[in-house]
Amino acid sequence: MELIKKELDVEANVNKLRTVISFIDKQLEAVSCPMRAQFQIELSVEEIFVNIASYAYSPGTGMAQIKTIISADPPEAEITFIDRGMRYDPLAKDDPDVTLPASQRKVGGLGIFLTKKNMDSVSYEYRDECNILVLKKQLVRQ
Amino acid sequence: MDDLVIRKIRENNVLTVIAEGRIDTDTTPGFDADVNSSLDGITKLVLDFEKVSYISSSALRVLLDLHKKMTHINSRLIIRKPIDPVTEVFEITGFSDILNIEK
Repeated sequence: MELIKKELDVEANVNKLRTVISFIDKQLEAVSCPMRAQFQIELSVEEIFVNIASYAYSPGTGMAQIKTIISADPPEAEITFIDRGMRYDPLAKDDPDVTLPASQRKVGGLGIFLTKKNMDSVSYEYRDECNILVLKKQLVRQ
Repeated sequence: MDDLVIRKIRENNVLTVIAEGRIDTDTTPGFDADVNSSLDGITKLVLDFEKVSYISSSALRVLLDLHKKMTHINSRLIIRKPIDPVTEVFEITGFSDILNIEK
């Protein structure tokens, strides 16, 4: 079984979003990830990274580490986000009510909701003063 | 990676905004400001999404605001021809029940 492991240490700042997405895309494209899976992974990575960049170290700054493992059989991406910011479990919040009319809609929480819907699994743990969030997604046509 | 290019066409009270590229956390503020600066006297706003390759939840925030704004002045917002993965974002979040989407 073939494994490709990569790591990116990046400032947790929204202006680094393109750096993060390019890092992810390069690896997905190397294994010819289907377009729809790539869209869903980019979306999830953006939502998680922007959350960390916006809140983890607020009002200060800090680093985020992103580790990827691409495995071949079955083709799957595992993407881990690690930060040393404020303890925060994004999975603990209730899902937003997506049936409400426009006038009652709030947009908070839609990013993590989309992430949960689009990934095969999303897990969170707090260990050694780190927030650790892991996304997994099979890279197959759906 | 493609950025976002916006072209605006105004015919009488109809504004068509042709967006091309990605509407993400980076490009959403510019998209928001650009569209909102052109809404005076508009009764129908068409967002042509055929060449929008990607949206994230940041775009949903702006679309909901635009929808509310247009509804408030008895006007219409139409999203034209979003690609399938973008349509799925609307479906998952229930935005397909709120927005007028033309396939």
